[in-house]
Amino acid sequence: MDSDNAGGGAPSILNGRKPNILYLWLGDKIFTTVVVMLGASIIMLALGMAWVLFDEGSLSLREYGFINFIKGKTWDPAVQLVFGAWPFIFGTVITSTMALLIAFFPALAVAIFSAEYAPPWLSGIIDNLVQLIAAIPSVVIGIWGIFVLAPWLRDTVYMPIYLWTELNQPGLLPILGNPIGYGMATATIVLALMIVPYTTALAKDAIKSVPKDQREASWALGSTRWEVIRMAVLPYARGGITAGAILSLGRAIGETMAVAMLIGNKNTLPFSIFGAGATMPSVIVNEFREAVESLHLSSLMAIGFVLFIIALIVNLTAAYINRKLSIGGGQIL
Amino acid sequence: MNKILGLLPVLVLSLIMISCGGSDDPDRTPVRDRVTILGAGATFPAPLITAMADDYRDITNRRVTVNYQSIGSGGGIRQFMEQTVMFGMSEAFLSEEVMTNIENSTGGRAFNLPITLADVVPTYNLPGIGKGLVFSGELLVDIFLGKITRWDDASIAALNPGVNLPRTNITVVHRSDGSGTTNVFTSYLSRVSDEWRNQVGFATSVNWPTGIGGNGNEGVAGAVINTPGAIGYNSFTYALLNNMSYGSVINSSGNIIEPSFEATTEASNIELPDDTRILFTNTPAEFGYPIAGFAWMLVYENLDQNNAIQTRGEAEELIRFLIWSILDGQELAEALGFARIPAAAIEKNIQMIRQMKWQGQEIGLELLQSQNLL
Amino acid sequence: MRRRRIHDKIIEILLVIATIAVLLPLIIIIFHVIVEGVSALNYEFFTEELGSPSRAIQGRPTGLVHTILGTIVVDMLALAIAVPIGIGAGMMLSEYPEHMLNPTLRIMNDTLNGMPAILKGLFAFVLIVKPMGTFSGLAGGVALSFVMLPIIARATESALLSIPWTIREAGLALGIPRWRVVISAVMPAAKTGLATGLLLAFARAAGEAAPLLFTSFGNNYLPDRWFGFIFNPVDTLPQRLYSLAISPYSEWHSMGWAAAIVLLVMVILAFAFARFVTRGKVQLK
Repeated sequence: MDSDNAGGGAPSILNGRKPNILYLWLGDKIFTTVVVMLGASIIMLALGMAWVLFDEGSLSLREYGFINFIKGKTWDPAVQLVFGAWPFIFGTVITSTMALLIAFFPALAVAIFSAEYAPPWLSGIIDNLVQLIAAIPSVVIGIWGIFVLAPWLRDTVYMPIYLWTELNQPGLLPILGNPIGYGMATATIVLALMIVPYTTALAKDAIKSVPKDQREASWALGSTRWEVIRMAVLPYARGGITAGAILSLGRAIGETMAVAMLIGNKNTLPFSIFGAGATMPSVIVNEFREAVESLHLSSLMAIGFVLFIIALIVNLTAAYINRKLSIGGGQIL
Repeated sequence: MNKILGLLPVLVLSLIMISCGGSDDPDRTPVRDRVTILGAGATFPAPLITAMADDYRDITNRRVTVNYQSIGSGGGIRQFMEQTVMFGMSEAFLSEEVMTNIENSTGGRAFNLPITLADVVPTYNLPGIGKGLVFSGELLVDIFLGKITRWDDASIAALNPGVNLPRTNITVVHRSDGSGTTNVFTSYLSRVSDEWRNQVGFATSVNWPTGIGGNGNEGVAGAVINTPGAIGYNSFTYALLNNMSYGSVINSSGNIIEPSFEATTEASNIELPDDTRILFTNTPAEFGYPIAGFAWMLVYENLDQNNAIQTRGEAEELIRFLIWSILDGQELAEALGFARIPAAAIEKNIQMIRQMKWQGQEIGLELLQSQNLL
Repeated sequence: MRRRRIHDKIIEILLVIATIAVLLPLIIIIFHVIVEGVSALNYEFFTEELGSPSRAIQGRPTGLVHTILGTIVVDMLALAIAVPIGIGAGMMLSEYPEHMLNPTLRIMNDTLNGMPAILKGLFAFVLIVKPMGTFSGLAGGVALSFVMLPIIARATESALLSIPWTIREAGLALGIPRWRVVISAVMPAAKTGLATGLLLAFARAAGEAAPLLFTSFGNNYLPDRWFGFIFNPVDTLPQRLYSLAISPYSEWHSMGWAAAIVLLVMVILAFAFARFVTRGKVQLK
């Protein structure tokens, strides 16, 4: 902008210039209007997207009804032309919650270590590296998953488990599923890796926001470092940490490319642990390109609409928890 | 706002890079004469179409660029209907419903021009047994329905006397993503078996009764190559390219057909309707390979009605490319692992091109005449 | 007390192990990408167009010059759209905390952030591609800006909130109008946070293939004219990487890995750049 002295020169603005009413009043008026318009445009954008999804998905939602569409267990674009979203909702819920379960404690550990234990220089490096994980493009993680991770997991993890189970607990085989490498387990592991940075960053923010006197009181009681963290810091920060975890869950729910490249893409229940599955974003990516029937296409859009609603619920929950659970600060949302 | 200024170097750098990029782009044709023909659709014929595009660009001294993006057959049909592409490409012809819609909205027909042939072969992994295992349609149906589960099953042995079939379990591998390959394969299975047609049907993606899914041609190939006892299906090109074992298939005339370009072309050597919209999996042709079908280029009759085509010049270039690709362009086919379209299909294509118009003017006819093709 | 000390030490070791476990995949991924991709990363990669797969199979010159240039154009367009709107929205959240739209804005922003990118691409398809009648770099930029927007807005909000209110109060007390305080005092003080917001938004969007599939669409060649980068279909790295990765040719797989190197370098350069402008203090969220 036309700032004459950008840095801390605010007082110098007054020098030699008499502020007039236009400068004061109109400037603020314009500024407010512009800022509010820009903010409102994001709301419009989100609502516009929901509307487009609903509109394009309305054919399917009318055909089945919203509830029956969600409950529908069959997704058959070939013979019956029946479309139910349940397999994908199920796949999304399982993969993302499992991913969060896997990611949560390591991520929290990193946050605690970085915030409370590591010296500032190391803490800086750790933070940067963790955030670099978030910066790795999901297609890069996808190509790595296809050519490196999935074959490795198949040969060194899935196959031994599968063979052991085959010998000892053959009854469990249907639950394990076929260990081809591309499936629910691989997708979950990759998802966990991808949400760690979010969980870590949000948890660290929450920990950092714990006031000093809170810790000092605990120190004064002669607690060890871990006891301070466990008794004073974590309870105070749990609202922020939980909200952060739920927001990370939201990230996992929406993750598309890496999952689509690794989950194996199977549209029929039941899913198994190693076997192929599908999530809402992955089925959209895979079938959007091939859908010709308008009901098929519309059903994919309707899944997008369901996804919008789920994302909305997740974010509302995180906001609510953050407000209810934080004893003091926990400025996340 | 200083932050935005901070990005300036990046912007400047990118502009420099862009202008540098220009220096290694020899301007053989003045920019204003250049034309880009945008097409999209089926993945299977993409290597052929893009190789045609490479050649055509050289032939025209970079004047005409054909930008073909493989987005899948369904995507090809839809973008053609949305009029965002000048031509679509599909391994399934346009349905009656789509044809009628287009006729109502553009006042002309949509043409399906066969440009190449898609052929699908059963691929398998049986250590010690190379290519050439014989399958019948019924046998493939039973295997992919999960009814036959062992390689030493009597029905496999009956077709392959003298082959020492192992006692291995059969692992069925299928595509898990939507694919034209699946469409051709399942359409064949539906043709030979009512049970398959009623239970699974045919489409770019179906609900498989058994087996494991592989993502893409390479996903299937990878699973087949890594799993002894596996059977899958791949496009013939892909099986050749990756040295996979593939089987021969008994066709409707009872002949054992080993997959080959000639056998695939032969499969389409049947009575073609004028609009070439015909599915000939399980072909009646005596020596035709039975798991094969056309890949069609989709073009509007009234080219001016397609929003993606702005000028008559673009429409003419599109027609010139069409003519080139069904004649000279076919020379590229075999080297790339594709079968040529038969003479009958070329003839039908020319008849369709002849009817293409720009604002009522018969530019298809004019261009064919100028090349002495009529 | 001794037992508690040991306990404390064990916890610390566990934390270190967890940290290493989280960072290990990062190193493995970068290692693999470099090892697999470096062989395809030759001079031609940066100077030739892709063309058909037979070029790569027959060893004729082929590369991704059009893809790299297209990526730069599309990303810059996306930043140009997303930065003003995102920063504006962030300002609204932080500078007008009492505004009645804020709770809605916050939820909608987070919801938008949680939406799969392919739906943003679809939205851009409906907004831009259909009316324009063709795929274009512009449509790709708009789609990517939808990816960037919520990240920039949120980062701006937290960056501006991290500036003590006393600065604003001091400015206002001097009779300086609010807009001037925000632009001349708060924004400069928050530049670290703002830069990192842009950076993370860029990094997130730079890797998204899904929104580009039906917007910028792809192109095997350079556009036939320079403004074709904006108004015609263009190639972008993530979308090309995806199609190279799922192609059946090992030559194209190597090119895909090489494209992954370029993408990673872009992202890491953005990191280094942000470190530079913020004098070495990068703190992301």
